[in-house]
Amino acid sequence: MSTSEAVVSARSISKTFGKGGVNALQDIDLEVGQGEFISLIGPSGCGKSTLLRVIGDLVEPSSGEILVNGKSAHRARLDRDYGIVFQAAVLYDWRTVAKNIALPLELMGYDRATRAGRVRELLHLMELDGFEKHYPWQLSGGMQQRVSIARALSFSPALLLMDEPFGALDEMTRERLNVELLRIWAELGSTVIFVTHSISEAVYLSTRVVVMSPRPGRITSVVPIDLPQPRTFETREDPRFFELVTQVREALHAGGAEL
Amino acid sequence: MNAYAQSAPRAERPWGRRLRGWVPALVVLGLGLAAWEWLLPALGDERYLLPPLSDVLQAFWDDRSELLEAGWITFKEALGGFVLGCSLAFVLALVLARWRPFGNALMPYMIAANAVPIVAFAPITNAWFGTLSPWSKIVIAAVLCFFPVLVNTLRGLTSVRPESIELMRSYAVPQRVVFRRVRIPNSLPFVFSALKIASVLAMIGAVVGDYFGGSTDALGVKVVSAVSVAQYETAWAAILVASMLGIAFYGAVAFAERLALSWHPSTRAGNE
Repeated sequence: MSTSEAVVSARSISKTFGKGGVNALQDIDLEVGQGEFISLIGPSGCGKSTLLRVIGDLVEPSSGEILVNGKSAHRARLDRDYGIVFQAAVLYDWRTVAKNIALPLELMGYDRATRAGRVRELLHLMELDGFEKHYPWQLSGGMQQRVSIARALSFSPALLLMDEPFGALDEMTRERLNVELLRIWAELGSTVIFVTHSISEAVYLSTRVVVMSPRPGRITSVVPIDLPQPRTFETREDPRFFELVTQVREALHAGGAEL
Repeated sequence: MNAYAQSAPRAERPWGRRLRGWVPALVVLGLGLAAWEWLLPALGDERYLLPPLSDVLQAFWDDRSELLEAGWITFKEALGGFVLGCSLAFVLALVLARWRPFGNALMPYMIAANAVPIVAFAPITNAWFGTLSPWSKIVIAAVLCFFPVLVNTLRGLTSVRPESIELMRSYAVPQRVVFRRVRIPNSLPFVFSALKIASVLAMIGAVVGDYFGGSTDALGVKVVSAVSVAQYETAWAAILVASMLGIAFYGAVAFAERLALSWHPSTRAGNE
């Protein structure tokens, strides 16, 4: 892919926290094309979350160049080019489900009717119908995270940044949300950058898995995932799935990760 | 919608069950009042220690218009101090939260000031504003309210999870919006805890301010002058009025809290 089509284009990004401190990222080169689903995987401290935040212009790189949608990451943030989802749902306790989902639309000045219509679509898309008047504390962790994804999708950003969004959920919920996320990704044709600890999750979801290692945080290998689309529950039983899981695990080991 | 109906936040408990929850407290109240009325006099006839309840109530009834008038005057002092002190504290907390270096420079002193027995300043504010002026009492009540509200509000404004702020940054909104949408709502449970404390402190400030001199129709002055002429029943009646006003004030703030924080899990019914 050429740079002009790339949604994200990182050139020798480095990030050092504090004076002479931790090398969170070193010489990161990464190109993400339109419609890709990229997972960043690696042990704690490999800088995967930092890299996600550099892309989102929430952390400034110490050196290197980062383009998002062909413009500076800063410009892209000001243009609200991406939606973000964190490990914690980060819902506002004082807002109902509907109002949490509508928050970005409110901040961006959409009128009430547009917001209401969009919220209805998203509640349906995330299978949250009937919960619009609930407060966050009334929802399970999995449902809270669905609300948080709905909020990130509310203004239809072309890029979705996800920082271990299912890391705090139980295995059953996680697998179900994985399926839902792929359905939405296919439906919306958006680009996703997804940080995870889980090898099987990364392989199941991604078009490419980016393997990182710590001290200093760097990319050690990129594993293309050639599993057929759309992926279903059966995909996890495909022999090719296990081969790819093994390949990613070995890449993590080769990078020095202790698993 | 079924799921919603089942877990509605304000599922009302039946009145009967709610009243039954109050029974133990009411029994204790009854026993306490009975002991005051009959047990204390039986132990000795020391009227100056604590006159029997019926005498206090009689004194209240005899002087009711004067005592309620005095209570109203002192309550206005407390309310004025509460409004003044709490609003200044809230505004300063916003400033300190917005410009953190200021906050970091001032906070140690604010916390230290919070531990100072501020009623000790009551005679001084009398000197500043004049003994008879309500302002000397309003100011002492205001200063008493100021520090707890400041410290709690600042904590509420700043104890926001970092992702909440990152989310707002991802929407590229100015600080003003971050405050309005995130920091201020997040601070409200803290603010209301402080306001409840402040409502009590404001009454204390106003009454103690009266003790150091004030217009003769203020409640604290009534207590002092009644004691000086050994009218203990009247003094206790005045104290009773002050207590009732204090409890009503606290109750009003607690009620406002329930209304403002209806979203907060702590206000959901039946969560014990």
